[in-house]
Amino acid sequence: MHIVIIGLSHKTAPVEIREKLAFAPTAMERPLRQMLELPTITEGLIVSTCNRVELCAVTKEPDAAIAELRRFLAEYHEVSPEEINENLFDYQGEEAIRHLFRVSSSLDSMVLGEPQILGQIKTAYGYAAEFKTAGLILNRFLHKAFSVAKRVRTETAIASNAVSVSFAAVELARKIFDRLDNKGVMIIGAGEMCELAARHFVANGISKVLVTNRTFERAEKMAAEFNGKAVPFDSFVDHLAEVDIIMTSTGAPNFILGKRQMEEVLKRRKNRPMFLIDIAVPRDIDPKVNDISNTYLYDVDDLQGVVQANLKERQKEAGKAEAIVEQEIGQFHLWLGNLEVKPTVIALRRKLDEIRQQELDKTFGNLKDLTGKQRKSIEAMAGAIINKILHKPTAILKNSQNDMSGEDYVDAIRTLFDLPAPSTDDQEIKPLDDPDQA
Amino acid sequence: MTANLLLFKITLLVYFVATICYLIGVISRKEGFRQSAVWILISGFGVHCVTIVVRWCSTGAVPVASMHESLSFFAWALVGTYLLFYWRYRTVMLGAFITPLALSLMIIGTNQSAQAPALNPMLDSWWFPVHVTLAFLGHAVFAIAAAAGIMYLLQERMLKSKKFSGLFYRLPSLDTLDSMNYKCLTFGFPLMTMGIISGAIWANSAWGGYWRWDPKETWALITWFIYAALLHGRLTIGWRGRRAAIVAIIGFCLLLFTFFGVNMFLSGEHSFRNFTGQ
Repeated sequence: MHIVIIGLSHKTAPVEIREKLAFAPTAMERPLRQMLELPTITEGLIVSTCNRVELCAVTKEPDAAIAELRRFLAEYHEVSPEEINENLFDYQGEEAIRHLFRVSSSLDSMVLGEPQILGQIKTAYGYAAEFKTAGLILNRFLHKAFSVAKRVRTETAIASNAVSVSFAAVELARKIFDRLDNKGVMIIGAGEMCELAARHFVANGISKVLVTNRTFERAEKMAAEFNGKAVPFDSFVDHLAEVDIIMTSTGAPNFILGKRQMEEVLKRRKNRPMFLIDIAVPRDIDPKVNDISNTYLYDVDDLQGVVQANLKERQKEAGKAEAIVEQEIGQFHLWLGNLEVKPTVIALRRKLDEIRQQELDKTFGNLKDLTGKQRKSIEAMAGAIINKILHKPTAILKNSQNDMSGEDYVDAIRTLFDLPAPSTDDQEIKPLDDPDQA
Repeated sequence: MTANLLLFKITLLVYFVATICYLIGVISRKEGFRQSAVWILISGFGVHCVTIVVRWCSTGAVPVASMHESLSFFAWALVGTYLLFYWRYRTVMLGAFITPLALSLMIIGTNQSAQAPALNPMLDSWWFPVHVTLAFLGHAVFAIAAAAGIMYLLQERMLKSKKFSGLFYRLPSLDTLDSMNYKCLTFGFPLMTMGIISGAIWANSAWGGYWRWDPKETWALITWFIYAALLHGRLTIGWRGRRAAIVAIIGFCLLLFTFFGVNMFLSGEHSFRNFTGQ
């Protein structure tokens, strides 16, 4: 059995093509069922997000299946196969496993390490499970992918460090204040940017919110939203000492906060540190304020710089994540290989023959005065029992090769009879290693 | 005595390995090194405890009478205090500063005569170990303050200049480092004060005078004033952050000078030579 994946992503196709080939999340039943009707495909799954469309399938004939899937994707969306041919990638075998593991670990995302993709794949798997197009192999494959993604998330720092400006502000605040729950923020200028950042701050525990704006009503409206207090624009400087974080985004053409004013504020605060975020263009706060000790002033460019540094940091973590993916591929690949019918039948017979031989030796050890003829007929009887027992299961296994139940039987037999894995290069790996039971 | 020296060498070796792990853990992005460094250091500390107890039993006196013994005791107090701080703050980074310091103290200690000193009978009073123990515990706590100070300055520089290195992601927040500075001060200052007072009482019983203005006493007093100023500044006029970090670093440099410099460059009643009554 082989896993194949075909599809396109932000790396291979522009948005005009991606949107044409996307599947509506509300109507996944039809494409999933149609996919399963393709002659070579036994299990199927469709991942469709704004950045990627991928069809993942289980098949016996990978090359034929890839061709069928390519045609299916084009036909379903009523585009000519030639038009999208260049934008499609396809993977099979180990490469397909690696691809899905990397995608769900967010190693293939536009923003490295972003967390949404895992949820999107889980949703896609949910549909496949609901409409029963995912069988034993895809179930195991997807669960493995989820556990790989979880390992990557916990063992590397790929998802840490903010990659958006508003989140970067929150993280910087944490690097200064450690805890935000007993801190206050003042928002100067009730703009959209400020609102977004303020929302992040409140979500991260900030307890006190002051809002000021030239039109007091807007300040009041925004303050109400955050359970805060509005202060008049003329006297906002008097309230600065009460808060630890100041965020400005007014349309003022000049600086509204100068160095001398801030020095005054710091003195009143007994030098407790302050974090100033100036997201206005032109700027609202005199950059010299950054020279005051215990004061940290960041403008839009500075925050952008932090985001860049964070992305670079994520990039460095990506190497670790790739190593984890590589480790896990081997295990899954081996499990997949174990699902072949023929080696399973051979292994089962060998196992039973071993048992027969052991028991015969034991019996003959006790009954030393048997004649050669008697021994022969006992041996024959034992062999006949095994053949009778194996007859029906072997027939069922061989017949089930051609539908979805085949792997279930193989998996069950390998588990029930504790059959050893076929020999591979990788000796350490145990067969049937299930991440969910580990 | 050889058993004791062997234990000392083992401690030194374990601290050496711990230091390497800490430094690799800080420079590289290998989490495993940092975690194992802590465990190695804990085991080293265990061996060190045994070393000191064995020494104590074999000489019959609290092992702080010779340079060799004091250095070992200083390093022991340092590592112990760090582990306490680690337990409370979980800052592995601090270890990258403390373990090299403890290791250097131990290395200097190996070059000192490990002979058990025949203690000058005049000094054989219970005030002597009390004085020295308190003083070293104070030193250890102030060493943590200085290390936290260095980390504060590094972190603050990055936040101010907006240029971030990989270190930025591993250093604790400014607030944590500043509160470490304050914690150290509130523990270290009383220890140092009691150390000086107990020393004065001991001096009175040994030499018949509380204060003799010998160089070590003078330098200790200067250091004490520095820390007193920092504590006062913190409590009343809002000294914190960068300034507190710098003062803590200066204070610790003075402490080190009081400990080493006075013994090496200046002579007085505190010089170890005088302890052995030669």
